[in-house]
Amino acid sequence: MCLAVPGKVLEIEERDGTKMAVVDFGGVVKDVCLEYLPDLQVGEYAIVHVGFALQRLDEESARQTLALFGNLGLLEEEFGDPWQQAAAEAGTTAEAER
Amino acid sequence: MKYIDEFQDPELARRLLDDIHATVTRPWALMEVCGGQTHTIIRHGIDQLLPKEVELIHGPGCPVCVTPLEVIDKALEIASRPGVIFCSFGDMLRVPGTGRDLFGVRGEGGDVRVVYSPLDALRIARENPDREVVFFGIGFETTAPPNAMTVYQARKLGIANFSLLVSHVRVPPAIEAIMRSSDCRVQGFLAAGHVCSVMGTEEYPELADGFGVPIVVTGFEPLDILEGVRRAVRQLEHGEYRVENAYPRAVRPEGNPAAKAMLADVFEVTDRAWRGIGVIPDSGWRLAERYREYDAEHRFSVTGITTREPAECRSGEVLQGLIKPHECEAFGGVCTPRTPLGATMVSSEGACAAYYLYRRLGGTSAPLEASPVG
Ligand code: SF4
Repeated sequence: MCLAVPGKVLEIEERDGTKMAVVDFGGVVKDVCLEYLPDLQVGEYAIVHVGFALQRLDEESARQTLALFGNLGLLEEEFGDPWQQAAAEAGTTAEAER
Repeated sequence: MKYIDEFQDPELARRLLDDIHATVTRPWALMEVCGGQTHTIIRHGIDQLLPKEVELIHGPGCPVCVTPLEVIDKALEIASRPGVIFCSFGDMLRVPGTGRDLFGVRGEGGDVRVVYSPLDALRIARENPDREVVFFGIGFETTAPPNAMTVYQARKLGIANFSLLVSHVRVPPAIEAIMRSSDCRVQGFLAAGHVCSVMGTEEYPELADGFGVPIVVTGFEPLDILEGVRRAVRQLEHGEYRVENAYPRAVRPEGNPAAKAMLADVFEVTDRAWRGIGVIPDSGWRLAERYREYDAEHRFSVTGITTREPAECRSGEVLQGLIKPHECEAFGGVCTPRTPLGATMVSSEGACAAYYLYRRLGGTSAPLEASPVG
């Protein structure tokens, strides 16, 4: 129940004085209340929980996070201790290997 | 960007795991607070891919699991009354009350309806003006704003036949209670990302400082969990304890101001009993005085409830991270998702249910498991 999922805004409309959106969750389309994120735009993604958009997903910081993961270990491969690396790959500690 | 597949990439998972393996030098115990994170961890076997030094203790962040038995029994009583339409999220249906559950009440003729959104319950109230419609408002800070909206709108639109049975809980007081307990082994926390999407991160520095524990705001995809663990382990290895946001795509420091304003208007902080754990001071919300007429407990006086938990269920210990689900005698035998003894065996966020689904046969089929490293 606590699971909130990313969805993409397809349409926005006013219904009974409440700001609502049609949101696509990878093929499943649902009505979502935008009262807590009134300036969300068509085409943007948000975290949606029990029919409410709760926070906008920020593409820029998502890309930065992925880039950070991608760069992990690159400096290490370049300048790191090869014994430690081999040991880590073998699942033991460098000390035990030496 | 779909915000899902990208955060399940096995190659990036390997990089994160390598980094954790390279950083860790001694044993550390981390608690993931949220049941959604427990689900991801067990489903993808993340705990088994981590270095043996890193133990993940599953926290009490399954809202279905911690809703007190007394409130469940009240729900069952109200749902049984003629003239009532009782609306609930689907995962409350099989939560055992004393001797029965909502599913059973429906079988006995009660009008119990499952809704996806609390606004659906409000719509049902408008369509059935001659019935009393009650919505079961449970959950953490993520679910509280949607539920608060129903009461706000009920008042605005003059929908008098709607009320909320409220049992909301808050994460920060639970972290404090866990750190204060004498048998606490937790050295760092992965805080629940979606709770922070709403509330922001302002409540956590005091806890990190006060108890000397890293608190890393963490998302729900496999890479998010690994990044949360990586950052917590880094802090611990360096003797640091800070609040870090490892889920910046969905968490701003200030949270969601509109949702927080609604919470402050509709609810007030109260002590709350957590099922299996006990009363935690200031750990819940109830309807504020000015919304009292929409409070189902106020509208339907329910008395004479005597709660009884099955003696063999150890879900309290599971929720406090003192035992793992399979250490309970009843696990997988007497107690299964079809015949749950405790609430932790019901919801997919409950630790017992997660272990039953993914661990019982000794393996998992999730993609990360296909490329074990380390
Ligand atoms: S396995 Fe069942 S009986 Fe044991 S702690 Fe979990 S819910 Fe309770």
